[in-house]
Amino acid sequence: MSRILQSASERRAETHPLTWRLHDDQSPVLLDEYRSTQGYEAVTKALEQHTYETLTEEVKTANLRGRGGAGFSAGFKWSLTMKGEDVPRGYIVCNADEMEPGTFKDRLLMEQQPHLLIEGMILAGFANRSKQGYIFLRGEYHRAAASIQRALREARADGWLGADVRGSGWDFDIALHTGAGRYICGEETALINSLEGKRANPRAKPPFPGQSGAWGLPTVVNNVETLCNVPGIVNHGADWFQALSGDLSSDGGTKLYGVSGKVKTPGLWELPMGTTGNRILELAGGMRDGLTLKSWLPGGGSTGFLLPEHLELALDFDTIGKTGSRMGTGLLTVVADNQSMVSLTRNLEEFFARESCGWCTPCRDGLPWSVKLLRALEAGEGEAGDIELLEQMARDLGPGKTFCAHAPGAAMPLASAIHYFRDEFERGITRPKGEAHADPIPVGSV
Amino acid sequence: MNQTTASSTAATIASDAFALDPADREAILEERAHYPYPQAASIEALKIVQKRHGYVPDGAIPAIAETLGIRIADVEGVATFYSLIFRQPVGRHVILICDSSSCFLTDYEELRDAFVAHLGIQMGQTTADGRFTLLPVCCLGACDRGPTILIGEDLHGPVTPDQIPRLLEAYS
Repeated sequence: MSRILQSASERRAETHPLTWRLHDDQSPVLLDEYRSTQGYEAVTKALEQHTYETLTEEVKTANLRGRGGAGFSAGFKWSLTMKGEDVPRGYIVCNADEMEPGTFKDRLLMEQQPHLLIEGMILAGFANRSKQGYIFLRGEYHRAAASIQRALREARADGWLGADVRGSGWDFDIALHTGAGRYICGEETALINSLEGKRANPRAKPPFPGQSGAWGLPTVVNNVETLCNVPGIVNHGADWFQALSGDLSSDGGTKLYGVSGKVKTPGLWELPMGTTGNRILELAGGMRDGLTLKSWLPGGGSTGFLLPEHLELALDFDTIGKTGSRMGTGLLTVVADNQSMVSLTRNLEEFFARESCGWCTPCRDGLPWSVKLLRALEAGEGEAGDIELLEQMARDLGPGKTFCAHAPGAAMPLASAIHYFRDEFERGITRPKGEAHADPIPVGSV
Repeated sequence: MNQTTASSTAATIASDAFALDPADREAILEERAHYPYPQAASIEALKIVQKRHGYVPDGAIPAIAETLGIRIADVEGVATFYSLIFRQPVGRHVILICDSSSCFLTDYEELRDAFVAHLGIQMGQTTADGRFTLLPVCCLGACDRGPTILIGEDLHGPVTPDQIPRLLEAYS
């Protein structure tokens, strides 16, 4: 249902590698059309001209950074995968568990252009010597599931999957695995546990998945948008990929940027990496009439709030990282001046508290506690010291204190909301320190 | 679900009469073939049972474990972890209301309250006629159309409170 708001005539193969084939009516690009528009040419090229090492090197040189939010170099990740003649072949897993609040890009790619993802996975499987691919798709994405299943059948019938891929002697297949809820499944190692049919608790690292992942074999987990970038890199080269972002960013390629919240035309655009927030907000038509932008999240609920003045920055991993926030998924969530930062932060922490897997104590117990404090502040029943306590919790939930990145992700909007909008939180304090909150509000009662 | 030890859970649920539908059993075995180890098919197995019954009855847990040749506790552990596996009967149509930040900023709370008022149930409850269940859900990935909801497999958005009566007519 989400749409690219650039018309088909604006999107070209050289400049919009992710979306140039998409139809204005949002119907999926099927195999025949995909093949007649350079589809699967990258697989042919890789099978004829590349070894797994040279393919990994090409993606590494392109500096394709993970589009799931962490921004880790995909090629570098691949170079860390255990592989060789004497190493058992493992798995390439596509993280299609898109559940980051404010993120709506992978759904569109999977619904409308599943073959691009499949081609990217075949290439990733080749580069990592994987024997099998799994697409880990969230259970609520019914239309994407149907689209992927159809495309997998088409690709298998056409020889791109299965035994002896296109007569190359190389075997590789892909299966669709659909989830059953829980945000934590998007965490790389929790996802692997879920794929194995276990509770989605994260795993300790090391060993990293590239050494020992699914069923103890070398496993690479990449996001949908990351994998969709690979065919273009193989077809046109690392230099072309770097040039897509020109002088805007040292990160190569394009990015599916988007905006949600109270703007005039929320949606998605494929733009050069490093496009500014101002440009993206301009494409969205600006705020709805009568509203002014107060704050924004650069890429999901686990990124830190920023101010309007930060909109002039290039939206890439390093530039936004320098502000103390993260680019995350690159889909902006905008907050209007008449919307409460305390209420929004409460909503975000409720989300993280509910979605904690409960595996480690700071996350399991700390997040519901933060919700309780935020609900009191929101109701104007906070007590002196609550804000400092929340700040302390944001530090104690930060990187290195918990098993995985879930709690640090929750801490980021909490710390930044207090940092930039402390006055709004202070208005919620009406009691002296030590006076019990009137009505403890049950957490997680739904 | 109350906390119980795995063994007492097994003892309790093993006494419930439940027969896995032959077609479901076949579908579960087909899923099993997609993975190197049978436990990986447990989530899909639960979804197969849920598709037929609307939820996963307690007696289905040992039946799935037996079909896959895995431990009851492992199936139970999975069945109590994932939010889209229902362990008690739900309505014919489950309405999942996105409560994440983008929908929060496009006034989902008003929409949620309107659903609660229209159906006369709280979040997490099922209407007396067994038609609808209301549940919250993580970001549905259609934030440009917030506030969004999922009814069965149908995504709707943006939905305004006044559209609710008309919208629900399609779900009998």
